[in-house]
Amino acid sequence: MPETLLFYVLAAVAVVASVLVIGQRNAMYSVLFLIASFGALSGLYITLDAPFVAVAQIIIYAGAIMVLFLFVVMLLNAPQEDAATWDRTNPLRRPGIGRIGASLAGLLVVQLVWALGRIAGLGEGVRAQGDAATLSSVRELGRILFTDYAFAFEATSALILVAMVGAVVLARKESEQ
Amino acid sequence: MIPLSHYLIVSALLFAIGSAGVFLRRNLITILLSVEIMLNAVNLSFVAFGRAAGNVDGQIITFFVMTVAAAEAAVGLALVIALFRHRESLNPDAFTSLKW
Repeated sequence: MPETLLFYVLAAVAVVASVLVIGQRNAMYSVLFLIASFGALSGLYITLDAPFVAVAQIIIYAGAIMVLFLFVVMLLNAPQEDAATWDRTNPLRRPGIGRIGASLAGLLVVQLVWALGRIAGLGEGVRAQGDAATLSSVRELGRILFTDYAFAFEATSALILVAMVGAVVLARKESEQ
Repeated sequence: MIPLSHYLIVSALLFAIGSAGVFLRRNLITILLSVEIMLNAVNLSFVAFGRAAGNVDGQIITFFVMTVAAAEAAVGLALVIALFRHRESLNPDAFTSLKW
């Protein structure tokens, strides 16, 4: 079945690219791998009948947020972690605290999968209910966003204004004061 | 027909990878990227749950999460730039002055 195959390929790309993000010494490569991961996630959204979210994921995340990260990486001329530090802090070679961090992350996977295994009704097909045409309709999405979620939408604009002012204030050079 | 649990397992894996990045990495930019991975994992489970329930609320919450992620990236990167100017380092271990 092409749909099933597509899901597994996209899921594998998303997970592998995310592992590579935290496995890179050079921050530039991390950002590029994260863009690949976001592309795969956007494909997963399309398999979930959410084409608008998929497009927003590409435009906002891969297009805007990741470009911001790339700008900062290049602006800071980010020193890549030197080889000795990398060896010392590599999760696989590092004793003590690193192993605790890695095992905490492993524990998190075990807990989440165990919790998922105990919920009933997860085995049904994810697209069993609902009408795909309605769910993927941008008109319906916009109607609900501007009626039921109107307050949250307006509050979001205040959040963005605060973030913008905060970013300008924080990144300003102190000598200009 | 792909079951909902498969989407949730992918989401759980991505979230664990993101949290491992926050625990293990010693680079402020990579830590912020790991936070973005975690936010995306949660987005995936919102959309999957919304699709399984047959309504669009999951997709709408995803937009709000994206907005918060954009705000977080802007403020977080501004902080990173300010800290880098101060100490010429991206290693969080270099910023320990509040401890003493």
